[in-house]
Parts: sequence; C-alpha cells; structure tokens
Amino acid sequence: MTHASLLRRITDYANRANPYPLYTELRKTPVLHEEDGGPYLVSSYWDIENLLHDPRISSDAANLAAAGADEAGGIEQTGLPPSFIRLDPPEHDRLRRIANRSFGPPHSPRRIDSMRGELAEIVSGLIDGLADAQQIDLVDQFAYPFPVTVICRLLGVPREDEPRFRAWVDPLVASLDPDTSGNDTERKRAAQEARMQLGMYLAGLVEQRQKEPRDDMLSELVTSHGPDGPMTMMEVLSTAVLLLIAGHETTVNLITNGMLTLLRHPEILQRLREDPGLAVNIVEELLRYEPPVQLVPQRTCIADIEVRGVTIPKGSRIWLVLAAGNRDPERFQDPDRFDPDRSDIQHLGFGSGIHSCFGAPLARLETQIALTELARRLDNPRLVEDPPPYRQNAVLRGPRHLNIGMDGVRP
Amino acid sequence: MAAEDFLDWLRREGRIVIVGASLAGLRAAETLRAEGFAGSLTMIGDEPYEPYDRPPLSKAVLLGKASPHHTELPRRREIDAKWRLGVAATGLDMGAKRVRLADGDEVEYDRLLIATGVRARPWPKEAEAQLDGVFVLRTRDDAVGLHRRLKASPRRVFVIGAGFTGSEIASACREHGIEVTVAERAGAPLVGALGGVVGAVAAELHRDNGVDLRTGVMVTALEGDTVGRVRAAHLSDGSVIETDLVVVSLGATRNTDWLAGSGLGAGPRGIACDAGCRAFDFRGIVTDDIFVAGDVARSPHPLFGYQFLSLEHWGNAITQAEIAAHNMISASAERRPHMWVPAFWSSQFGVNIKSVGVPSMGDQIMITQGSLAERRFIGVYGYQGRVIAAVSFDNTRWLEFYQRLIETAAPFPVEFPTVDRRPEGRQPIPSDFPDPSLPTHGPTVTLSGYSPSDRHLVFTPARH
Ligand SMILES: Cc1cc2nc3c(=O)[nH]c(=O)nc-3n(C[C@H](O)[C@H](O)[C@H](O)COP(=O)(O)OP(=O)(O)OC[C@H]3O[C@@H](n4cnc5c(N)ncnc54)[C@H](O)[C@@H]3O)c2cc1C
Repeated sequence: MTHASLLRRITDYANRANPYPLYTELRKTPVLHEEDGGPYLVSSYWDIENLLHDPRISSDAANLAAAGADEAGGIEQTGLPPSFIRLDPPEHDRLRRIANRSFGPPHSPRRIDSMRGELAEIVSGLIDGLADAQQIDLVDQFAYPFPVTVICRLLGVPREDEPRFRAWVDPLVASLDPDTSGNDTERKRAAQEARMQLGMYLAGLVEQRQKEPRDDMLSELVTSHGPDGPMTMMEVLSTAVLLLIAGHETTVNLITNGMLTLLRHPEILQRLREDPGLAVNIVEELLRYEPPVQLVPQRTCIADIEVRGVTIPKGSRIWLVLAAGNRDPERFQDPDRFDPDRSDIQHLGFGSGIHSCFGAPLARLETQIALTELARRLDNPRLVEDPPPYRQNAVLRGPRHLNIGMDGVRP
Repeated sequence: MAAEDFLDWLRREGRIVIVGASLAGLRAAETLRAEGFAGSLTMIGDEPYEPYDRPPLSKAVLLGKASPHHTELPRRREIDAKWRLGVAATGLDMGAKRVRLADGDEVEYDRLLIATGVRARPWPKEAEAQLDGVFVLRTRDDAVGLHRRLKASPRRVFVIGAGFTGSEIASACREHGIEVTVAERAGAPLVGALGGVVGAVAAELHRDNGVDLRTGVMVTALEGDTVGRVRAAHLSDGSVIETDLVVVSLGATRNTDWLAGSGLGAGPRGIACDAGCRAFDFRGIVTDDIFVAGDVARSPHPLFGYQFLSLEHWGNAITQAEIAAHNMISASAERRPHMWVPAFWSSQFGVNIKSVGVPSMGDQIMITQGSLAERRFIGVYGYQGRVIAAVSFDNTRWLEFYQRLIETAAPFPVEFPTVDRRPEGRQPIPSDFPDPSLPTHGPTVTLSGYSPSDRHLVFTPARH
C-alpha cells in the first residue's frame, strides 16, 4: 500500500481535530476491511443501528480475545471479571439490571432528576471560581472537575481521592484506544495493572459500605437484593470500576465538545443564553454532531453476517463508527450542519440496543446544566485557538484543553 | 377540471371530513395540515372528549399513575378544525358525498377519512350486561367508572377473557392487592394472540402474582342481587365465583354499523381498503375519495400473502393515518403504500411484552434468546419455512432485528447462533394456537381476507 489505510488515518492523531472528512470517505465503502485479520468498519447509520440490535454480534470479552482484539479485561490477568459492557446476555442483563436498580426506573425513577439542584450547585461553584480570570482552560477548570465530582458523590467515592484514582483511570482509558500498530503489550500490561489497583482501591470502600451502608450507589450495589440476587464482590468491583470511569470520561468530552461547538456558532450560544429551554435540543444535536464516543471497537460476530452484500465471517471483529453514522446523509438532512432546531435527531451518540449508554440520563442532564450556565455566565467568551489540542484517544474523542478568553463572569 | 387542478383546489379550499376523533383521526388531521392542506377540516366524534390515548386506560390509569380524565393525546401541531364532538355519524351518502349525523345535520366532503375504530364486545346476554358492576374497558368513561369502583376496595374482581386487556386489568388489580379471578375459554392467557407455548408462560405469570386463573372454562351466566348489582359469575365447570365487579374483555367489534347500506365495503371485519388506504366499495371497486385508517381498517399486506389484516395496534393506527392523510391530498404517482409490520406491546405483572409480525400465522415457534422459564426471552414464529413473527418478554431491544427477518422473509428455523441461545431454543416446536374455528377473546391481529391462492371460495353472482 502506498498510502496509509483509512483505518490508520482514522486512528492517526494527526486527524483527531477533524475526523469527519475521513468518515465521509469511509461511508463510501459501507463495509470496509483493509487488512487481513483486521476489523470490519461499518459506518452507515442504518447498518450500525441494525448491528447494534443484532444478536449475532457479541460483546463478550472472551469472544473478543479469541478474535485477537486487544482486550484488557481478562479475568486471568487482573483478577477482576469483565464488566457488563464486555458481556453478553444473560450475564450482561443480570448485572445491568442490578446496577440499574439504584440508578433509574422502575426502582429509582427520580434518582437522576432529583440531582438537578445538586448539579446546579456544583456548576455554580465551579463557575464562581473562574471569576477574575481573563482566560481559562475549560477542561481542567470545569469540564473535568464537574462530572468527577458528580460521579464521586453518586457512587460514594471520596472526591479528594481523585488524584489517586486518576493515576489508574488514565492508563485504563488509554487502553480503550484501539492499537493499530499491533504491538502494545506494555500498554496492555499497564492497563491491567491499573485496573487491579483501581479495583483494590474500590474494594476498600466497598468493605466499609458493607459494614455501614450509606445513601450511595456503592452501598446499594453491595446490599442489593432484588429478584436477581446480589452481585458477587468481584462483580461489584468491576461494575464500580466501569461506572467510575464511564461516569465521567465521556461527559468531559461532551461538555467540552459542546462549548467548542457553541463558540464556533455564536448565534446559537446567544440563543441558549436567552432561552435555557434550548439546552435539551442542543445536547441531542451535539450527541449527533460531535459524539464523545466516536466508535465502538469491541464487537465480534458469532455467525457469518451479511451487510450490504458483504459477508463478514464468523469470528471477525467489527468496528461500529458511530460518529460516521451520525453524519450519514442517507439518514440526516444536511448532516454536517449543527442545527439544534432539528426535529429528527435519533442519533447514535449513546449507541442503541442492550448496551446503549447506561449513564445517558445523567450525562444529558449534566451537559444541559453545564452548557446553559456557561452560556449565561461567561461574559463574551471566545476561542483562543481553533482547533484546540485534542486528547490522544480516537474512541473517546475530545479536546485536551479548551482555552477560552473572556471578559469576566456574570453573577 | 384536470386532475392536477383539482388537487390544487382540494389542497387550497377543499373540504375534508374525518369521522372518528381519536388516535388515527387526530394524527391524520395533523398530517394533513403538516403537508399543507389549507381547506376546511371537520372532526366528527361520538365521544364528548378531545382525542385521548387508550393504552394507559388498562395500565397507568388502573394503577393510579395517571388520571382517567387526563390521557389526552399530545398535539403535534395546530389543526384548526371544526370539532363536532359528542355526535355520531349515522350514515354515508357516497353519491352526494355527505355524512349524516345523529343530530340530523349533514356534512359534505370532498375527501372522507373513516377512523371509527372498534368498540368493546359486550357481554352477550343483555340483561346480565346491564347489571351494576359489569364493565367493559374501551373508553375514557369506562375507565373512570372502573377506576372508581376499584378504589372502593371490591372484595373480588372477575375478569372474563385473558387477552391483553383482560390480563392487564388482572395485573393492575393484583398490584392494588385486590383479589381477582380470570376466566378464559382457551387453555391459557394470550393464546389467541401468541399461542399456547407463550400462553403457558403467561399463565404462570398470572398464578405467581396471585391471580385465580381458570382456563378451559366458559362463563355461563352473571348473577345479580335484588337491587341489580352483580354478585356472582357461573362457570361451565359448575363453579360459582362471588364477585363485586366484572370486567368483560372479550375483544372488539368494528364500528361499521353506521355504514350499513352505504355501498361501502364495510362489515363486521372492518372496512377493506387498498395498500394506499383507499376504501373499497361493496363491489370491490376502490373509491378515490374515501380513505380508512386505524383499528377499523383492513388492508392487504404483501408480507403476509396479501391477506387482509385487521390490526388493533396503536402504532398501526398512527402510521396508517399518516399515510391515508398523505394520499388523500396527493396525486396518484405520489401516493405511498401502508406496509407497516404489525407491532404490539403490552405490560402486565411487571413484564414488557412486545410482538412484531403476525404471530397467529406461525405454526411453529423457537426460543432464540433467553428462556421461557426465566420469562425473559425472544420467541420466533415460523410459517412455511420463513420467519413470520416474533415476541419478546422483557427483551424488547432485540426485536428490531427480528422485524428485519420478517421483512426479508428469512428462513425458519433460525439456524444461526445468537447470543443467549439456550439448549431449549435449538429446535422449533409447535406454537400451539387453538383451532381458529373456536372463538376466543380474539387476537389483536385478525387475518380477515383470503389469499389469492385460496380456491375455497366460489363466487355466485346474484341473478336479476
Ligand atoms: C384499554 C386498551 C388498551 C390498549 N393497549 C394497547 C397497547 O398496549 N398496545 C397497542 O398497540 N395498542 C393498544 N390498544 C389499542 C389502541 O388503543 C388502538 O389500536 C387505537 O386506539 C386505535 O385507534 P383508532 O383511532 O383507530 O380507533 P379508536 O381509538 O377506537 O377511535 C375511534 C373513535 O371513533 C369513534 N366513533 C366510532 N364510531 C363513530 C361514529 N359512527 N361517529 C363518530 N365517531 C365514532 C369512537 O368512539 C372512537 O372515539 C389498547 C386499546 C385499549 C382500549
């Protein structure tokens, strides 16, 4: 091959700031398979949507490992069983149901909505703290601390331990970045080590909660006795690791991508300032236009599957490129336009099917509140550099810093 | 007037009348306006209420989670219509293009949409049906009455018919801690809609939730006390059940009586229409100005051998109404067919049940995911070597996939592996529908036509 494959260009950091032209190219070959033993890339909206509901597609860590995917969750290495996103039914369903008892309907229907006041308070506190600055880094000063504080409170993890678990979260998140060079044993080892450390750290907290339950999710996970019975201690730990990471890593990007997009569309920022009700639609359109999870690389086929005339053989890995599907002109009119007035925004930002984002209601609410308050309170905000520097990760894509100049903070 | 000019005129200042001001009627009206119809729009409904939603009546309303007075359908847009509520249409003059109303008025139309739905089939013995405490559940008024009586803590509720509505009512009663007996002529609940294999799961669901379920029995009589209140039900096995409240859930009858003698192809099975929702007259000739949508319609479906399907499905009422509305004001080349794959949902005893396709056509079933014993599964129905339907218990998120199998006439049995396939799901088994000649409360899909290959019918023209 004379020039780099599309797959490699997509994962190449050089294209991180604007991968969308590559996605457009990608959609021209609805099922792209460039390298022997490499993944099949699927990029059209309807194909992705179909595959997300296809019971011949497995998320099981064991199947993935068999297909040669880099898999940092094997029980042998870390002692922690895979979390529910790396499992198929029935185990997936059971664990997710138990986790959901303390998180959403039908058992805790108001859990998220009742956090509204608390979320607003955290946001106000963070924005107050920006007061005299002429320039801020939105990521470090707002978009990161906000969801971390929230997930810590929700789970019952001490906020002040953040620097400790940060050290374990970073290598874990890095390991989600698909490796297209094929030799990253070191990275895998680091991730496994980090996962074990994080598990051990959480085990300490869980032990405390067993003795003295509080009003937090860790307590509920260990004391849960619904019809599905309790989780084992190991299951509680891998669920807690998952929730802690997923509970903030993506929201940081959603909020940052959101502010970046609004600063690139000042008229919409202005509209949001005047009409906070617009936040709901803005966040949905953001999830379509700049989804924080760009692609799902952890699926394998357990049967031959035909997609648009191409047979993807049993045992192959499939990458579902959600961000490409979200801008598929077969599905959305004028897909490259950011348009919060769209009435039809059934995006793939949270995936779909049984693995659709567990934390979606929380992520939505956090981002709605964050963007509304930023729009209302930052005085004359403007981008200092465009594009901003991005994080390394091709899967969880977002700016590493977002420097914003402003005239101050409104009360 | 040339066809195009007529259409222009129709869209600008034509008169469209919709009979049946409920789900299908409202969604059609909204679509007409959304697509630029600027003429006059008249909504005729025999109920005094603005369009409301029925599914909550046997679910949220009975559970006390929604008020029976407030299940109004959310409006998608202004429709600027003349509302004639609380007055029934009583006749149709196709020649003069007029609808006759119960109050003596007549309304002229250029295009007519019929969306009169179905009504609950009452208890057949009229005097017994009149007893105080005997209910059906179709309308808001029914729900208000039933709800009030349930709140008065009856000692026992007796439900006749374990179809979807009957089962939902039983479920709501149990959730309130009210004793309930359900009598069903077939061998299990939901048998008419989903067959005996799935019915057995439903039966367990009833019993585990404390329902006194009596299957394989018929109710022979309802007995009243001296002041005309119902006090007991008699069953064909000789047993007598004392009860304060009876809910008759025996399926539905199509609201077509008002069309008798009109010349439209309307009868007890509904109003036949083509795939574009245009009604047939009684000679089988398609009309061009009368359209039908919703529960009252029956239309041929290519996926199901062009048999005429009658669907009592919420989603169908909406899509069919949208298509009918579009076609009413569109030139023939722009018309769209209504090819909705039947889909129905229910929730009872905390379980979400959903079906796609026409299960009652399937003579075999395979549990491709989950297990019957856990009451979390996907059942796939097969007919003549192809997938014809699927049902899910607490497993809705996979159903889209099975819908595509139906749409593409995928082969049955389902040979490929699926996640969560258990040993019990490797072989198809008979789906166990009762003999269709034995009436049950009725499934929610009725195959009410004849396939083109069906040669049993002999046509004998009348002699003059
Ligand atoms: C209790 C209950 C629970 C249900 N649950 C579900 C469910 O879970 N899932 C699902 O898919 N479906 C469910 N359904 C079915 C769903 O509600 C119907 O498919 C839907 O209401 C059909 O809409 P429609 O507009 O065709 O008919 P309808 O809603 O029946 O409306 C027809 C209207 O026309 C009026 N009318 C009749 N004759 C005349 C006349 N001559 N003149 C003027 N007006 C007339 C009627 O009074 C009625 O208001 C349920 C129905 C009921 C009753």
